Amino acid sequence: MSTILEVKDLTKKFADTEVLKGISFELKKGETLAVIGSSGSGKSTMLRCLNQLSPPDSGEILLEGVNINTPEIDLNTVRADMGFVFQDFNLFIHLSVLENVMFGPLRVRGLPKKEAREIAMAEIERVGMIDKIDFYPAQLSGGQQQRISIARALALRPKLILFDEPTSALDPELTGEVLGVMTALANDGMTAIVVTHEMGFAQSVADKAIFIDQGIIVEQGVPEQMFAAPRHERTRHFLSNFVGLE
Amino acid sequence: MEIIRILISELPQFAKGTLIALEVLAGLLALGLVLGLAIALAEIFGNTVVKFFATTLRKFLWAIPQLVLLFLVFYLPFDLNPVCAAIIALGLCSSAFQSQIFRGAILSVQSGQIEAAKAMGLSKPKIIFYIVIPQMIRLSIGPWTNEFSSELKDTSLAYVVGVVEIMRQAKYIIAYTFGNTAAVYLFVGVLYFMLTRIGTYFFYKLEERLWVPGFEKRS
Repeated sequence: MSTILEVKDLTKKFADTEVLKGISFELKKGETLAVIGSSGSGKSTMLRCLNQLSPPDSGEILLEGVNINTPEIDLNTVRADMGFVFQDFNLFIHLSVLENVMFGPLRVRGLPKKEAREIAMAEIERVGMIDKIDFYPAQLSGGQQQRISIARALALRPKLILFDEPTSALDPELTGEVLGVMTALANDGMTAIVVTHEMGFAQSVADKAIFIDQGIIVEQGVPEQMFAAPRHERTRHFLSNFVGLE
Repeated sequence: MEIIRILISELPQFAKGTLIALEVLAGLLALGLVLGLAIALAEIFGNTVVKFFATTLRKFLWAIPQLVLLFLVFYLPFDLNPVCAAIIALGLCSSAFQSQIFRGAILSVQSGQIEAAKAMGLSKPKIIFYIVIPQMIRLSIGPWTNEFSSELKDTSLAYVVGVVEIMRQAKYIIAYTFGNTAAVYLFVGVLYFMLTRIGTYFFYKLEERLWVPGFEKRS
């Protein structure tokens, strides 16, 4: 499989605090990468640096071989190719479910209405919400809203999709339905980076895992191995907080 | 009673005055809306220079009494007719107030939605047009209705530059009602009350139409 994303020595400072101190990793097409680490470790910042919601200070981000961390790059084109799913969904509250998912194809990609609608319907179907197309976000549960926000990201037909703690605002029951959708996506061959505290998901679904602590990647590897036999003391200590992991 | 007969016979004059008042009102609200929205967008989304000019203009218009601006515009050497002068002067004043209505409504649009639109690769003008403005409109209607009724009443100021609106008509009529001044003003008061009620009724209806399912309704 070809490399879709290569990150080299990414750094980011907020005022005097170094949040990212040189992050490097690679992602192949179709892979799911789980990013784990405690709160404040810099994992969400790293994700936000990738699509430049927070512009990184230095480093290279190669998307299909092209460095996108340069001023010459058209940021909007790059962002449309990288889906982003937020912790608190951020659906457009004045638009119905269908309109939310059609929004990307229609307003960002500039497709005709009919085509945008077909894409949207397919993605809504994929997340199992076809019976709710005329509902508005405020009428949906958190889990349903997150599924729609995943459909909204997918409707742009991105090259990869970034999940920023997609289940952290949900209770365990709703978490299950969102993780179900994400697992199906991974099985369909979608390339994804998932910042998460769901260790079960990271272990069973991800092809690769990265453990970030204090702005550096402490350990990366195949999840089963990393979870069963962490090589670093810090990884071991972090993982020991999660009970029930095999 | 004599005064009632006079008022009834003068109804066509009051109707004329009302039409003029509504013309001034529509004009000043439209001017205030366009300029007010521009000021609000400039103050929130503009760069430092744009922001500075918008804020200065808004503070200036905010601070000048409507009467002063009315006379100022009327006596500018452009030979404006009184209705135009009133629309421009009152519209400029209104823009300062409307800008604050829009500013508040724009800032109430959750920043997460704007970030989500940004993350989808939507340009700033499109974010403003498709995400911010539609939500702003719904949030603005309540306070904007307040501005509407306040400006409806302020059209009566236009009579100082010679606009023959409701107040000016009342003055003419008072000239031959032989001491029944209070009765004429009472009639004028009732007229303004009815105009305000009719206007606000329509704005509440509009607000209801723009209601987003899942949110509370005005009870």
